[in-house]
Amino acid sequence: MRILFSFFAVIALVLSAYAGVKIANLQFLFGVVIPYIAITIFTLGFVYRVLKWGSSPVPFRIPTTCGQQKSLPWIKQNRIENPSSISGVIIRMALEALLFRSLFRNLKTQLKDGKLVYGEAKWLWLAGLAFHWSFLIIFVRHFRLFLQSTPSFIKTIEGLDSFLQVGVPLLYMTDIVLLGSVTYLFLRRVFIPQVKYISLAADYFPLFLIFGIAASGVLMRYFYKVDIVGVKELAMGLVILKPVIPQGIGVIFYIHLFLICLLFAYFPLSKLMHMAGVFLSPTRNMVNNSRMVRHINPWNYPVHVHTYEEYENDFREKMKKAGIPVEKE
Amino acid sequence: MATKFTAKPDELSKIDHKPPKKGWMDTPAEFKEHTFCWGAKGKNLNIVDFPNARDWSPAEEDWKLPENWQEIVLEGIKDRLGKYRSFKLFMDICVRCGACADKCHFFIGGGDPKNMPVLRAEILRSIYRKYFTASGKMLGKIAGARELTLDVLKELWYYYYQCTECRRCSVFCPYGIDQAEITMMGRELTNLLGLNTDWISGPVANCYMKGNHLGLEPHTITSSVEFFLDDIETITGIRIKPTFNRKGAEILFVTPSGDLFADPGTYTAMGYLMLFHELGLDYTWSTYASEGGNFGFFTSNEMAKRLNAKIYAEAKRLGVKWIIGGECGHMWRVINQYMDTWNGPADFLEEPVSPITGTKFENAKSTKMVHIAEFTADLIKNGKLKLDPARNDRLKVTWHDSCNTARGMGILDEPRYVLRNVCNHFYEMPEDTIREKTFCCGSGTGLNASENMELRMRGGFPRANAVKYVRDNYGVNMLANICAIDRATLNALMEYWAPDVSVCGLHELVGNALVMTGEKERTQDLRLEPLHGKEAEE
Repeated sequence: MRILFSFFAVIALVLSAYAGVKIANLQFLFGVVIPYIAITIFTLGFVYRVLKWGSSPVPFRIPTTCGQQKSLPWIKQNRIENPSSISGVIIRMALEALLFRSLFRNLKTQLKDGKLVYGEAKWLWLAGLAFHWSFLIIFVRHFRLFLQSTPSFIKTIEGLDSFLQVGVPLLYMTDIVLLGSVTYLFLRRVFIPQVKYISLAADYFPLFLIFGIAASGVLMRYFYKVDIVGVKELAMGLVILKPVIPQGIGVIFYIHLFLICLLFAYFPLSKLMHMAGVFLSPTRNMVNNSRMVRHINPWNYPVHVHTYEEYENDFREKMKKAGIPVEKE
Repeated sequence: MATKFTAKPDELSKIDHKPPKKGWMDTPAEFKEHTFCWGAKGKNLNIVDFPNARDWSPAEEDWKLPENWQEIVLEGIKDRLGKYRSFKLFMDICVRCGACADKCHFFIGGGDPKNMPVLRAEILRSIYRKYFTASGKMLGKIAGARELTLDVLKELWYYYYQCTECRRCSVFCPYGIDQAEITMMGRELTNLLGLNTDWISGPVANCYMKGNHLGLEPHTITSSVEFFLDDIETITGIRIKPTFNRKGAEILFVTPSGDLFADPGTYTAMGYLMLFHELGLDYTWSTYASEGGNFGFFTSNEMAKRLNAKIYAEAKRLGVKWIIGGECGHMWRVINQYMDTWNGPADFLEEPVSPITGTKFENAKSTKMVHIAEFTADLIKNGKLKLDPARNDRLKVTWHDSCNTARGMGILDEPRYVLRNVCNHFYEMPEDTIREKTFCCGSGTGLNASENMELRMRGGFPRANAVKYVRDNYGVNMLANICAIDRATLNALMEYWAPDVSVCGLHELVGNALVMTGEKERTQDLRLEPLHGKEAEE
């Protein structure tokens, strides 16, 4: 149900783009209006969400320590997994954001004949890493459409990405990796019972959407070739705020663009915000130094306590009998 | 109404990890006997001025909630979203990748899908989405949103009192989402409705009024310690004279009250007494700040702060220079990550310096509170203790890292260093079950009651399984740790899953190995059992 809902939602969106362009000739809507709206929603929404998180304070210093603390000088501290300095945190966060350090720890816990066995479980890490990095590279490659002349680093990336020198046009490895990893991420949601049990429509929808984006991109590049000059003209028009709709760009382009717009617009409303959230996570981005430096809670307020005086009043006689010194005889 | 928990280990170890067909949102919590604690008593809630104070029982249909309970919960969520970035973020960014699922000891040992940390969090997230997000308001269930019904509240309660805030899930989460943090929020919400447990609220009320969870009154504390002193004299021939509430001492010593009350914590307390005596340390116990642990921490941030306040207040009153803290798990999470923020700055104290070695404890220069394992490790490193580890030769020891000290502090190698110096046979459990990946005893956060024994045995299963491994492979017969809740609960766990393994604190082993000035030849250990090789002389 949750899978079908998401699947048909994406199919319906593809069809609406197809119908909108092919039948109703709404090229301007799909090529100009919707992209502007999507970018606006993405930018404002993204900033809003981050500011909203940021508006709540971090009252306590709560890093999850994953190694030896800083203690006596002769005890070897784990400076990255239990950082006591900002540089340690920067390395910890870099490993987290770039290499998915925590996910790399993943284990598979299995019960065999009453014994628990902990096995390696790196597939999720590998697929996650492959997915995010290929997506990023593809994203960067697309910059050539938005820039008058293509910068050399993009050409380098393109060169590396197509170094297999297969096919015409040259096959980009990241295209295959993205489609493969997104398929894996989908299949594990379907076939691992626990993961299926926890998955919401909001987990399937972005996978279908991204699959649709990648698939339409691949179709456009390798099979139903579109007028790439026209595409660049349209893209440049969007960038310089003088939108144009060149004639004769294939409908597949508009489908591709529409799905991307949806992804952008959907992004700030969804779990995809983990992209920004990971950097704000207090269990990862904080220094474990709260015994060395006092951490301030902005909303710390005085509380009722049971004072020593009250305590002694309750127990004075008993204390005296037991030979415990008291304040008032 | 209560029946005895009789399920056998081979019954309990048949665990099905496959989730049911029916979706979790439509499956209300079933309150199974032996998996939850009794409800709080009204008198205990009254002592600390908690709302909706009345006797209640989770097993009963009617929870005697205030009329506007939904409003209270939703207002409570809103308030906490504004106060804790962690909470707001953790409600929003989970992608449900499932990496945490098989990391939770309750899920591993029980198989209930709602004990997967991700689903435990989703219980609260579903409410959050319904009332605090646009998509949840509009799309409802398809967006993972649910109305806050009585069933949902009961589900929240049931599963948030099946989480020991051990943070193991948070180690594996790619975004560091910490279920402990979410559980704390969930439990705060239940406390707005007076839905605490007896096993937590009783100790909280005790600690507030009498200074410690067990409700030991001042004269009881001194007389308990007298018993230890008698035993120490029997064993060593030395009569120790500790002081209580003494003004002008250099150091205040605070330890969980469990150490004063029941075996095997009491042996650990004897170890402290012997060590401090041997050093001639100028220190005092306090009967007012007689609790290192903090059951308030399992209740609400405010309650935790109220209980914790006694430590600094007493240090100030007595005019000590700094504080040593005993062996306890959550106590040290609180001291490391909360105490200074709540009740500091401790500017009336001095930066801790060991009077024996001159070592400055730089890592405690603001909080001014040193962990006893740090203190003792430093003594050993500087050659200040005469130790005879052979006195522990009867024991083959393994080390249990407590959740809080491992993942909320990182005190891993100090106790191991001490351990290696006080005993000759030390074996580590498998690496995926120790250090930051350590498993909970299954009874933390106030779940160490007796009426929830099935839950405890299930939650402790992964820990016990790893102990069993070293027992079977190396003949391990002692499970050492630095946590009072461990010492109070692991015995039952071992008896159930890994018989013939006893439990001890680190400083019990220190006390055994410590060669004291003027002591007689020892023939007994702190448990009054014959030392290795001395059996024949008995």
